[in-house]
Amino acid sequence: MSAPELETELRNRFEPGANEPLIFELGHPGRANAYFPNGRAVEEFLPASALRAELPLPDNSELEVVRHYTRLSQRNFSIDTGFYPLGSCTMKYNPRVNDAMANLPGFRDLHPFAPDELAQGALGVMYDLERYLASIFGMAQFSLNPAAGAHAELAALLIAKAYFTKRGEGAKRTTVIVPDTAHGTNPASAAMVGYKVVSLRSDARGRVSVDDVKAVAGDDTAVCMMTNPNTLGLFEDHIIEIAEAVHAAGGLMYYDGANANALMGNARPGDMGFDLMHLNTHKTFSIPHGGGGAGHGPVGVAAHLVEYLPTPVVVKEGERYALEFDRPLGIGPMRSFWSNFAHAVRALTYIRANGGDGLAKVSQLAVLNANYVRVKVREFLETPYDEICRHEFVASAQELKRETGVRALDIAKALLDHGFHAPTMYFPLLVPECLMIEPTETESKETLDAFVAALRAIVEQAKSDPESVLAAPVTTVVGRVDETRAARNPDLRWSPAGSSR
Amino acid sequence: MYAPHTESDIRAMLGDVGVSSLDELLRVPDAIALKEPLAVPPGLPEMELQRTIGAYAAKNDATKYTSFLGAGAYRHYIPPVVPAIAMRGEFLTAYTPYQAEVSQGYLQAIYEWQSYICVLTGLELANASVYDGATALAEAAIMAVNATGRRAILVSPAVHPNYRAVLQTYARGLDLTIDELRTDVAGGTTAFDALEAQLADERYAAVVAQSPNFFGCIDVPGAAARAAIEKTGTVLIGVVAEAMSLGVLSPPGEWGAHIAAGEGQSFGNPVAYGGPYVGFIAANKEHMRRIPGRLVGRTVDGAGKLAYTLTLQAREQHIRREKATSNICTNQAHCALCATVYLAAVGASGLRRCATLNVERAHALAERVTRVPGFSRRFAAPVFNELAIQVPEGSTAKSVLAALQERQILGGVDLGRWYPELAGSILMTATEVTTDAEIETLATALGSIAKEPHVVRA
Repeated sequence: MSAPELETELRNRFEPGANEPLIFELGHPGRANAYFPNGRAVEEFLPASALRAELPLPDNSELEVVRHYTRLSQRNFSIDTGFYPLGSCTMKYNPRVNDAMANLPGFRDLHPFAPDELAQGALGVMYDLERYLASIFGMAQFSLNPAAGAHAELAALLIAKAYFTKRGEGAKRTTVIVPDTAHGTNPASAAMVGYKVVSLRSDARGRVSVDDVKAVAGDDTAVCMMTNPNTLGLFEDHIIEIAEAVHAAGGLMYYDGANANALMGNARPGDMGFDLMHLNTHKTFSIPHGGGGAGHGPVGVAAHLVEYLPTPVVVKEGERYALEFDRPLGIGPMRSFWSNFAHAVRALTYIRANGGDGLAKVSQLAVLNANYVRVKVREFLETPYDEICRHEFVASAQELKRETGVRALDIAKALLDHGFHAPTMYFPLLVPECLMIEPTETESKETLDAFVAALRAIVEQAKSDPESVLAAPVTTVVGRVDETRAARNPDLRWSPAGSSR
Repeated sequence: MYAPHTESDIRAMLGDVGVSSLDELLRVPDAIALKEPLAVPPGLPEMELQRTIGAYAAKNDATKYTSFLGAGAYRHYIPPVVPAIAMRGEFLTAYTPYQAEVSQGYLQAIYEWQSYICVLTGLELANASVYDGATALAEAAIMAVNATGRRAILVSPAVHPNYRAVLQTYARGLDLTIDELRTDVAGGTTAFDALEAQLADERYAAVVAQSPNFFGCIDVPGAAARAAIEKTGTVLIGVVAEAMSLGVLSPPGEWGAHIAAGEGQSFGNPVAYGGPYVGFIAANKEHMRRIPGRLVGRTVDGAGKLAYTLTLQAREQHIRREKATSNICTNQAHCALCATVYLAAVGASGLRRCATLNVERAHALAERVTRVPGFSRRFAAPVFNELAIQVPEGSTAKSVLAALQERQILGGVDLGRWYPELAGSILMTATEVTTDAEIETLATALGSIAKEPHVVRA
């Protein structure tokens, strides 16, 4: 190693907060592990024309790999390391027993093409989970086929499209009604089935107005997509009238289940008039987010839409379960195989751990925690919709920004220095300088008190020394990153030396 | 129950909120108030919970059988270092790395994943992953539609049937036309010679080919087909359903693909009855702003220090809403992390070794099974780790597989399930975990089955 290389090596290893080299910069050719037996050369079996010319990737020792990724893990916030008040993301504790169950060899090593009669346990997991979800949310049936929430939204809209096509209304019903509080995936999913979006503005109470729905619902309406409680954390108390108006126009009601953690054992989308819904079991049912996936997005339907569910569907004949592929009206498969099955195991484990009464308590305590934080936060930040909320609420830094120049973004970054993750920011779009806070039920009163104290201290600091808040975060391994530069000069990969690829 | 609240916490918090009970917090209009308790059994203490869920796992007898199943989901050796790292709570319980300052670890790991996928596929850029191989293909097709303004896709019938079915599902949403290449699959590879005529009217946004294809055969377009694709401005999408093949086989970027769409499950992710897996999309730079999902980029912080961040988010749904490149919101970050740690651990030499073992095992399987009277290779084309085996005259793949199952062997997948003309062919898979003893067990069983009148009609 040359002197400059040695210096870099030492700096990388020992300087606090130093950059971690890329895995590609650590290894050396020939530093191989003995995972696999030696064998014959591939050229003995395949023609040279079928083989790749080069594979310019490093060889690393296992210890080098362990240290590298352990160091990366330490440069990462997680539920296990701290509180995550991310609105609409439901960052609750992920019980370890869920993972232990998902990793049982009887699940982990089961091949998706295993014959049904030799996969009865897995099919039973899917069947039972689907029934529990149907009961909790008042739907006729669920499918676990979609891979994530947005994927399930797409499935639901494809179901709607197939339904209208079957009724001979496919050509005319081409719009979806989406409130301005909706998640961004709603309009994006609508675009993927060729539907046009009609946006509704929330009323002064932060709800969708029945009159507004009546004004836009017509014979071009395919679906009205709503979440309840909405992303302001408010219960849409006129939901029945809204559903009646959409149904009167011949449209379907779609429930975005991102906020389902507020509802269990309290009210059911099916009873509110929703025909279709999705869930994010990685939110409500405690599946780990894993850094942004894999998710798990069951899609549920009312009785008149069951035959349109994606394939395959798990059916039960007597005591025997089977995958049913032959569904003439079904929208077809959404993904390579049947489900994000390991996540179905986790969700079932969570449901059985809590039981029906326990799930109701989950929602009650999630709502209690949100309201507890809300009444504390409104002492020093605006809360534009000042009433009892559900699982989340919004605060606004608009007044603070006017006074001090400190924005929602700056508050969020300053929270990182206090050891808390930032809340969801600038969403929903209708609230200026929005901070959207969802504590979830698994956080203790002490944690919530500490979070409120940190937020209060930041607001006070903004008034006395705004510059210091604008400089945050200062305790993290890097400061605020230059996103403009990232987008202007995209550097999206490492490249091997001397290779264009 | 995982909530920490004591009764006195609840009382104090209700008091601060100014309500008298939890019910008062969750009041809903009478018309929608819950009429009956949920049909969910009472909660279980963790000890009993493990027994209850374990009982489901115990009923999956297939995991105890000798297996030659593949066809898009592959059993490979997973070094224990992979789950040991991936199950660290800092990774497992992290959210999407939107707050870059406290997510540098995951962002860097995803940047490494993107780099691995670029090198492995031989293409210039890759995204942070998509749901799985089938949805990767569907999203790649949408990229090609957006790139060309054309609304039809031409697909080889040797592309995985599940992938083609998912492409069809997406196509119904967007009113795209999916056509099959005008060929038959008798040779085991796509007959690309028909391509030039089919592309002539420049109707197709993309041609989709898979190698190794669904029959296990190496199946790439030749010079003439590639010239026709280039001349007509068509996008070639190269599908990789078995990523392990990239360890030794010429990758899509080398055989002319502009976009690669594939499945990365084979790198450190268990078969898990079909998911979660990890799809990848790689492409040439011209497609950078059309690629769906998340992208991690390298930049600097305010002090000029190297930093990673999610970038080019103007393509994504939370910014662009209905004008986004896709509605995709999650990626498969945790599965991609498993794949990245796997690739780091085995290294280039380990990957090449493992991939070579797959080739060797599949050839050992072919050699031994075809020594059983009546069984033969269905196709002659070179294969990676799976191959179609023709069953004896008078029997079907279905009857042979059923007879094997009675002997606790899962012999493979019945190709007749998707290709009626191949009802006499079994797709058998061998990977590095397949032993000589297992192959011998299979061959012995096939030998005795071939003599059974209820399997083989004389």
